Amino acid sequence: MLALQGAFAEHVAALRAIGAEPVEVRLPADLDGLGGLVLPGGESTTMRKLIDRWELREPILDFAATGAPIFGTCAGMIILANEIAGGEAPVLPLLDVTVQRNAFGRQLDSFETQLSVPGLGAEPVHAVFIRAPVIERIGPSVEVMAQLPDGRIVAVREGNVMATSFHPELAGETRFHQLVVDIAMTQAG
Amino acid sequence: MTETSTWATKKGLAQMLKGGVIMDVVTPDQARIAEDAGACAVMALERVPSDIRANGGVARMSDPEMITGIMAAVSIPVMAKARIGHFVEAQILQALGVDYIDESEVLTPADERNHISKHDFKVPFVCGCRNLGEALRRINEGAAMMRTKGEAGTGNVVEAVHQLRDVLAAIRRLQGMREDELFVAAKELQAPYELVKQVAQDGKLPVVNFVAGGISTPADAALVMQLGAEGVFVGSGIFKSDNPAKMAAAIVQATTHFADAKILAEVSKGLGNPMRGIEMSTIPENERLASRGW
Repeated sequence: MLALQGAFAEHVAALRAIGAEPVEVRLPADLDGLGGLVLPGGESTTMRKLIDRWELREPILDFAATGAPIFGTCAGMIILANEIAGGEAPVLPLLDVTVQRNAFGRQLDSFETQLSVPGLGAEPVHAVFIRAPVIERIGPSVEVMAQLPDGRIVAVREGNVMATSFHPELAGETRFHQLVVDIAMTQAG
Repeated sequence: MTETSTWATKKGLAQMLKGGVIMDVVTPDQARIAEDAGACAVMALERVPSDIRANGGVARMSDPEMITGIMAAVSIPVMAKARIGHFVEAQILQALGVDYIDESEVLTPADERNHISKHDFKVPFVCGCRNLGEALRRINEGAAMMRTKGEAGTGNVVEAVHQLRDVLAAIRRLQGMREDELFVAAKELQAPYELVKQVAQDGKLPVVNFVAGGISTPADAALVMQLGAEGVFVGSGIFKSDNPAKMAAAIVQATTHFADAKILAEVSKGLGNPMRGIEMSTIPENERLASRGW
């Protein structure tokens, strides 16, 4: 669990609820022995500074290269994108997508809705969007997990890397976390 | 069913700010310095609290032009202050589209009995408190985030520590009570029973709780984080220090790595002078900002 800034305690609670043993990651050495990594919501500009300052970039990219599952929500999605609309440099380019920050506007435009995510089963996901980003472009190997009724892409997966614009951790939704744990268990054999 | 400005989105934005530093800024340039240093949000205001304290007079909501200038300058959330009870200032701030309103004791109160009825607004509110009862009264009025008040503009962390300890100790006491004792506890706290019961069950406030008022060094920020704050507001402490950009970045680092003394030592090096502080006993009771609000 990347614990530099943001709503990491909510993800820790979601992971504990499904029997995982989350560890808070603030420095490169904290990655040792982990099965997967979750990047929480928060402020992407703040997380970018903290990732740079403590040289977490290479260690996390190396960790992802081992095939370990990575899951980012909201700011976490921005951190994982290959390209950020508007020209900001990417942080951990692990998803072949272009992401638009604050795509819905400011806080007054934040919203909740029911979202169909076929990859997680028939039961819809209660999705909370807070100053959320959206995916504007996807590469050929990226799978769309969920779209809003207007077609905007809000959840994607590429190999073992997943990201959502919204916050499953705020709505007691643990199926994304379960997917991360399942992949990690498969990796561990 | 899509719904905007729900309780989950209001409270949720505060959850996204956790572990971060919200910095007072008075110009777009300062806002950019704060964002570059890693602030998770900025508070747009006309004068930092230490200047409000020095200048005296009535302190009001900032000029909307200044606030929109700051909103245009940065991509992180922008908060702005309304006077306690001044619901029209809050309506104006909502119309500007700010991300959070601080109903703040740092400004001169507009109503000495009533706070703003915050459930009526689409924009979320953060409010100050000195103790658990005050926090729960504000939450009952619709505050989606709390901060202990400290004593703004003093550069002195003592009140922030005192109030945070008071809030957390009161929560621990509630946790130890039998259910039938919570009725009296609610009466004594002058807070709604339902909220008191919820706090006793959860062992925490129902909304995010930051610390404000007097934080002026990385060590101050780490101190309140170790005590149990979920994040910090820094007012005068940054732009009244010798080297604001460096101080701001160091306080951000200290708020993340609050439990790692080696990193705290590292980031505390060579910051120049922090803001000049004020000893509490030299501030007359009637000039203390924390006593505003009830």
